[in-house]
Amino acid sequence: MKDTKNIDRREFLKRFGIGSAAVSAAALTGCNSRQNPVLDDQTAQGEIPTDKMTYRTNPKTSEKVSILGYGMMRLPSIDGRSAREGGNDAIDQDMVNRLVDYALEHGVNYFDTSPAYCKGQSEHATGIALSRHPRDKYFIATKLSNFAPSTWSREASLAMYRNSFKELQVDYIDYLLLHGIGMGADGPAEFKARYIDNGVLDFLLKEREAERIRNLGFSYHGDISVFDELLANHDKYKWDFVQIQLNYLDWHHAKEINPRNTDAEYLYGELEKRGIPAIIMEPLLGGRLSRVPDNIVARLKQREPERSVASWAFRFAGSKPGVLTVLSGMTFMEHLQDNLRSFCPLVPISHEDEKFLYSTADLMMQYPTIPCNDCKYCMPCPYGLDIPAILLHYNKCVNQGNVPESQQAENYREARQAFLVGYDRSVPKLRQASHCIGCNQCSPHCPQSIDIPKELHCIDNFVEHLKQGTL
Amino acid sequence: MLRKIRITIAVIFFICITLLFLDFTGLAHTWFKWMTKIQFLPAILALNAGVIIGLIVMTLLLGRVYCSVICPLGVMQDIFGWLGKKSKKNRYSYSHAKNVLRYIMLAIMVLAIILGVGSCVALLAPYSAYGRIAQNLFSPIWIWCNNLLAAWAEKYESYTFYTMDVWVRSWITFGIAAATLIIVGILAWRNGRTYCNTICPVGTVLGFLSKYSLFKPVIDTTKCNGCGLCARNCKAACIDSKNHRIDYSRCVACMDCIGKCHNGAISYKLGIRKEESGIEDIQGPDNSRRVFLTTTVAVGTVAVLHAQEKTVDGGLAVITDKKIPDRKTPIVPPGAIGIKHLTDHCTACQLCVAACPNGVLRPSEKLSTLMQPRSSYERGYCRPECTKCSEVCPTGAIIKIDRAEKSSIQIGHAVWVAANCVPLTDGVECGNCARHCPVGAIQMVESSNGADAPKIPVVNTEICIGCGACENLCPARPFSAIYVEGHENHRTI
Repeated sequence: MKDTKNIDRREFLKRFGIGSAAVSAAALTGCNSRQNPVLDDQTAQGEIPTDKMTYRTNPKTSEKVSILGYGMMRLPSIDGRSAREGGNDAIDQDMVNRLVDYALEHGVNYFDTSPAYCKGQSEHATGIALSRHPRDKYFIATKLSNFAPSTWSREASLAMYRNSFKELQVDYIDYLLLHGIGMGADGPAEFKARYIDNGVLDFLLKEREAERIRNLGFSYHGDISVFDELLANHDKYKWDFVQIQLNYLDWHHAKEINPRNTDAEYLYGELEKRGIPAIIMEPLLGGRLSRVPDNIVARLKQREPERSVASWAFRFAGSKPGVLTVLSGMTFMEHLQDNLRSFCPLVPISHEDEKFLYSTADLMMQYPTIPCNDCKYCMPCPYGLDIPAILLHYNKCVNQGNVPESQQAENYREARQAFLVGYDRSVPKLRQASHCIGCNQCSPHCPQSIDIPKELHCIDNFVEHLKQGTL
Repeated sequence: MLRKIRITIAVIFFICITLLFLDFTGLAHTWFKWMTKIQFLPAILALNAGVIIGLIVMTLLLGRVYCSVICPLGVMQDIFGWLGKKSKKNRYSYSHAKNVLRYIMLAIMVLAIILGVGSCVALLAPYSAYGRIAQNLFSPIWIWCNNLLAAWAEKYESYTFYTMDVWVRSWITFGIAAATLIIVGILAWRNGRTYCNTICPVGTVLGFLSKYSLFKPVIDTTKCNGCGLCARNCKAACIDSKNHRIDYSRCVACMDCIGKCHNGAISYKLGIRKEESGIEDIQGPDNSRRVFLTTTVAVGTVAVLHAQEKTVDGGLAVITDKKIPDRKTPIVPPGAIGIKHLTDHCTACQLCVAACPNGVLRPSEKLSTLMQPRSSYERGYCRPECTKCSEVCPTGAIIKIDRAEKSSIQIGHAVWVAANCVPLTDGVECGNCARHCPVGAIQMVESSNGADAPKIPVVNTEICIGCGACENLCPARPFSAIYVEGHENHRTI
């Protein structure tokens, strides 16, 4: 016990030494490459072009929509993290302004927000950032959100709708969505109560006629019968677009991951059949398709050494011809720049690439990660837990091979230390899974239909075994 | 040479014992645990005959080297004295022994041990006084440094260092430790070993023995020119240079005087017994030493946690700190056998408090058991795999137990408080206590609200061991809906 510990510390110092050496080496090469600029614009040093963005055409309005859409759900906060994380930090408006300016400058013109995002601050921040630009340079998408039944009445819905105009500082909305239809314990019943019985959908159809809504659509998660029913009534509602979850993992595996969900192949096929443009959400699964296990990184990198792991996911989504735009919630400038590299211009993936990605997805399925995309719809947990942080830490450990199956596992000691120490770092003790009482107020809000209490109890049980040394 | 040997060994002992109070990984304990077991008072309370005889023999042979080398409080005073020496040299002077005060203190100590007044023993025991200082004052600095390293390690994705909480277990104990440090420190700075030779009962006992020790520093009157340099460098103030006498009951065998004498008149050798000068005048006791610092803990604001309706995504609910329930009987850790056994044997050195990784142990604030360890479960609970306090206790107040024994020692039992229970107050499913009970003593049953209503917990007090998992993990705040009542005597189930 003692000896290994000593070695650990020595090891740590050694690594740190190497680390700092590597940093200085990197700094040196950095200088060198600046002196000898590499010409290929795919390299990290290459400038991102401002005029190469790929656009798709909206069949109804003929407007050109950038293939990269900006998701305003993961905006940065003042403490340098995503605004939806702990504390009560406000959104870093200066940073948002910079990101929006940079995005517009490089051809992004679609911005997707919601009255619920970023603890309700997203629309306001988006409005401030975009109102600094001419109104005809960007398209705004927002939603009629439905987190709480108290917002389901006609009055509350209209108030929410009108407030969006105020927050966004606009007099028309380019794309309006019914938010997350099919979610909740009983998808069809909740849809009916939320949009049909109170006449809200009829109201929105009228608003579209009045051209205060230029395109009307819905975003879908969960119960497939709601999706099917809305498409069956396409003649009546004339959906201008539909927002679906699509990526190379969900294309074939969504139902396998969770029987309540539906494979993206089906969803996209249904839209294509009717000629309804698809807007893609979760192309990267909240980062799960960029934070992948080492062997997957190697596999993707080997095929395209100069492209990022994330770029595969974006190119996969963008290559589908029926896709109008691919949304990405970009918190940091680096996210935005990497995505711009993927889409300026979009180099569609080949048929072989597509097959390659499907077999990559099959490989990923061997890792028992929890399909949490860190959307935080489950938060705040009334009993103080940080649900996404717990699930994300678990996924990270799964991907890094730090979830040992038994004490006989080869790396048991290191894995145990990494799991437990990392757990305390990622989640404060009072917000860890041991405090989940199983009230199940979270699960109905989960767009991925995760049985959250079950997963949390499972993780807690695993932690207990690690702590007690009884794995 | 002798002085250098003494300083070397003393420094090793001092650093290692201090490490025992600072190191939270348990690493130091595997190597240096024995250093606490050879402390005089802990050995007496643990009835460790071998150690007691060893220390007596050592003192009869070599004088009070214990006080100069083994006792961490003694070495700490030497450090202060050494610092003081830098500003003013040759500053000590001979003083008469204050024997009445010494024997009164010794008598108080003996009586306190016999009568089981733990707080008194705790205040007078020198090793424990140092332990409190190390745990309360040095440990936070150590942990802050560790946390700095942990933050650094986090950047490099290393899991070698991890963050620890720094918190004051008891402000009273903290105050006593700070006062001890300041008072003993000032005394040592100015006058050397005043504390050891007037108050410390261990010093008195060993002093009584060292009068008769075989080896001792002896003044060769033929060489002595009566310059008094030795007396002015004697931190024990025990060299009467005018009469060429040394009070061996107070000499801590530091060997400083041997090197100071320009004429080589003092040497450490087999001494011929000499009569000491008797007690001549007794000054009033300067026992301003024990100052009690009472600090009231600011009571946190009460914010009751209610399930909020969700209208937006994200955010974290506010978590109110837990408060200590009003326990009729205090809880003491497994291995303590019972409250009386703990009270009788504990010197309140805080070693167990420092070792507890779960934030359970903290010093008692009751006068009769002042600073002795007590369990409470607001920050954590007595985890099934942990037996650290029983491993580190040098006095046998918490006897060594293993994990299997711990799982069957009942230190208390859980009590349910219907008024706080979430299934009844919030109307939601819970059962977190039942899910985490390591012995399966809690079951969920139907409440009077019927079969469809969320279930409530019931405790089988026969098999409950009182570990506090239920209390700690109960979602009700600030007061848990289930808490542990201690048992005066622990039972095996």
